Amino acid sequence: MIMESTSPNQLVALNMEGLDTPPLTLSQLAWRRFRRHRMAMFGAIVLALLFLYSFGGSLVLSESYANHTDTSLRIMSPSAEHLFGTDSVGRDILARTIYGGQISLLIGLTAVVIETFMGILIGALAGYYGGWIDSLLMRITEAMLNIPEIFLLIVMAKFFGGKIPEIEFIGRTFSGSVIVIVVIIGITSWMYLARIVRAQFLSLKENEFVLAAHATGTSNVQIIFLHILPNSMAPIVVSATLGVANAILAEAYISFLGLGVQPPTATWGNMLDGATNYLESAPWLWFFPGLLILLTVLSINFLGDGLRDALDPRSRAI
Amino acid sequence: MIRYIVNRILQGIPLLFIISIILFVLMMNMGDPIATMGGRSITRSSDRVRLTRQLGLDQPVYVQYLYWLIGNDWAKIDLDGDGIKESNGTRRGILRGDFGTSLVNRGKPVTKVIGERLPNTLLLMVASEIIIILGSLLVGIYSALRQYSILDHTITALSFIGYSMPIFFIALLSMYLFAILFKRWGLPYLPTVGMFDPQVGKTTAQVLWHMVLPVFSISIISFAAYSRYIRSTMLEVMSQDYIRTAKSKGLPRREVVYVHALKNASLPIVTVVGLDLPLLLGGAVVTERIFAWPGMGRLFLDHVSRLDMPVVMGILLLIAVAVILFQIVTDIVYAWLDPRIRYD
Amino acid sequence: MMTTKPVLLEVSDLRTRFHTPEGTIFAVNGISFRLHEGETVAIVGESGCGKSVSMMSLLKLIPVPPGEIYSGNVKYRGKDILQKPEEEMEQIRGREIGMVFQDPMTSLNPVLTIGRQLTEPLRTHLGMERDMANRRAIELLQMVGISDPERHLQDYPHQFSGGMRQRVMIAMALACAPSLLIADEPTTALDVTIQAQIVELITKMRDMLKMAIIWITHDLGVVAGMADRVIVMYAGYIVEEAAVDDLYDNPSHPYTIALLEALPRVDRRRDSRLKSIAGSPPNLLVEPHGCPFAPRCEFVIERCRVENPALENIAQGHSITCWVDVKTGKPR
Repeated sequence: MIMESTSPNQLVALNMEGLDTPPLTLSQLAWRRFRRHRMAMFGAIVLALLFLYSFGGSLVLSESYANHTDTSLRIMSPSAEHLFGTDSVGRDILARTIYGGQISLLIGLTAVVIETFMGILIGALAGYYGGWIDSLLMRITEAMLNIPEIFLLIVMAKFFGGKIPEIEFIGRTFSGSVIVIVVIIGITSWMYLARIVRAQFLSLKENEFVLAAHATGTSNVQIIFLHILPNSMAPIVVSATLGVANAILAEAYISFLGLGVQPPTATWGNMLDGATNYLESAPWLWFFPGLLILLTVLSINFLGDGLRDALDPRSRAI
Repeated sequence: MIRYIVNRILQGIPLLFIISIILFVLMMNMGDPIATMGGRSITRSSDRVRLTRQLGLDQPVYVQYLYWLIGNDWAKIDLDGDGIKESNGTRRGILRGDFGTSLVNRGKPVTKVIGERLPNTLLLMVASEIIIILGSLLVGIYSALRQYSILDHTITALSFIGYSMPIFFIALLSMYLFAILFKRWGLPYLPTVGMFDPQVGKTTAQVLWHMVLPVFSISIISFAAYSRYIRSTMLEVMSQDYIRTAKSKGLPRREVVYVHALKNASLPIVTVVGLDLPLLLGGAVVTERIFAWPGMGRLFLDHVSRLDMPVVMGILLLIAVAVILFQIVTDIVYAWLDPRIRYD
Repeated sequence: MMTTKPVLLEVSDLRTRFHTPEGTIFAVNGISFRLHEGETVAIVGESGCGKSVSMMSLLKLIPVPPGEIYSGNVKYRGKDILQKPEEEMEQIRGREIGMVFQDPMTSLNPVLTIGRQLTEPLRTHLGMERDMANRRAIELLQMVGISDPERHLQDYPHQFSGGMRQRVMIAMALACAPSLLIADEPTTALDVTIQAQIVELITKMRDMLKMAIIWITHDLGVVAGMADRVIVMYAGYIVEEAAVDDLYDNPSHPYTIALLEALPRVDRRRDSRLKSIAGSPPNLLVEPHGCPFAPRCEFVIERCRVENPALENIAQGHSITCWVDVKTGKPR
């Protein structure tokens, strides 16, 4: 029965049932909650602008210009010619932040694809089958969580470093290190997601719709991917969104330490490598890429927070 | 309670075992340690072969792991390459506290290499953690009690920025502001590199003065994250029925908040903070690099790049042990705080 | 007759709202009533009719924001307590007015001992030292029928059953011998057999301490045996107020009639069916317009939809808010 309570949220819940207006669908409710979340809307807009900057910018400035070195133009402070100044070999920083942004954003997105794939696979197997599979997978997950990610990244970067050749993709050459970074970020960050998915599977697999599917002889694979997974999408979407921010940060850290994406391919992270040497003499070297990373991570966090409130209102942020 | 503690410690052992296997396999495949050993180029192939045997690199991976784990002083090994195992091994294995010797600093025990740097890192960590915990409790509780006030909104927005801040960016910004601009403006300015000014010497005041910026940089992210977490936890607890009961008894507000609410809120807070704190060591890697702080993080970076596996493994295992220890301590504190577990 | 006793509590035009993202909830919409010393009044209504919120508002236990006590005043022994600062409210809560809540499983703090929670009001209000407070706590536990009370002082709530916890809640609310006990559905969450015991316990304590009781419930059946008067609430309004016998014999508001018809009774003919109230509970998110019960009322007339009737005396000690005389079905 419905308990009487003074909690305003419960009052709302009680009274929503009695509304005369037609009930909203889940997605309509989610969209309403999201739209009301001002910070999330702000995040979405800033993020869209950052994408426009990185991908639209390449229509204005060419990649060869971004990689063009001219030692006579070393370390020039921002001017009308070079809005963000030039770096230690005379490259235009504005152009490099555009192309660096493309790589950073792409790394963030693709690393999360790997992360999500691994997280879902491992979490689903552990949660669905239970028993020794669960024990083994969860011990490995726990073991991975016990080492701070940056240490794993460094070790992995060293492990895979130089093993992948340069690649051609949509008419451009990427340093093989881009692939390395995507892969190592993906395989060092799936653990939280795996735990979330496992918890979802543990609770959902006892539900009647799953038992019914078993009874009608549906295969395990179908139950996992067609019955349980679609019902656990909300926390996965939220976690994956926030995962993009973490992946972009991870790339920045590892590239900042000089172990990430190798020049001439620019990323916001590797533009900061060696910036400490120019801390005083050329603050524009590190300020612009640093600011762009902060803005990207911030807007994704805002967005993720709004998504959490909209899709998964009962869960709570750390 | 004692059984519970013993149980928890026993559970940590297989976990460490798995971690050590994962790390060992990674290490084994990272590259040729001999090629970069000690900075000397080893060109003679006979030297190479001898070194390979000395280090046990000619053995299959599982044998290497076994020797690394429990030592090889009980086994005979083949040092001269004639196929006959004639010499006694000298390693005692990590289980008996022998982490081997550094490849870079030839012959120097790993425990000594790490031991020299560890106190410097601990200095940063302990200072940061005290600031993080006290600060976020203060801010988190304050903004929970004044939910939706202007200050609460400001704190929430700032904590989002702090939480999203890459360590290197806050480090560079704070260095630029407090060291370079302050100097330019004729204000007292903070130092940016090292632990002390060599001209003054390693005095307590010097070290404290040099700690300000690194500690600030390490603290900011966790500080922001925990403030938010503590705020939402306090808000949730404050809406519980037993808080209403406490208020209905006419208890003074400070007792309602700091006894009834905080004691309950401390349960999730202890868990999150306790499990997270050792992971702060990750922040130390970047921070120590930027501020040229002679700690374990920088040691790790230097020795990874030179494939000094014994030292790298030593550091990673040390961290893993620290994390597991913190987990156990967290569980014990939790059980001690929560009568529902304590009395089971 | 009760009315000869002095007035203990006088509530007039109390309004409480909650400002939520979904809109403003009009939880309590101007209720007024009096309570005399030693009198037992039952407040009856469906879940969400504002009975708990109004009692919570009396003691300023509403979370602000999102809640807001929009208007009204509450006089306790002639003094307006709503205007008082928080510190003075703390003197009244627990000392003058005790409160027992619905769910004993969540109303006790899980991480503090029973002893600690029980001695808190004694130490706060009566300035007792620890030893003395502990001795008093043992007496209180005995009084509410908990055996072996010394041992239980060191226990935690999770070691108690629901019924025992509610006894502890009652002991806590009565620790300082208040003049008024507000019991917010104290039996709803308990097993039926335990319910009767708790009702009996509270009645016994009332007679012992000569205190007044406001008993909140959604169950008219519980009310009959113990209350002097009944207040029926709907959608944040008082719709009927009468002496308990009068209400059962002569219910005069359509909502009260519907509530009584929904009640299983032994004296009812076997073949008559229990009736449920048609329609859905009111939407408190819209500013009330007309009589809130009109959409569900079988006696509804045109006027009900445009104008909300005020509380009006129809007999000695019996008032209702209704345009219609239910006996005739015609406007009054």
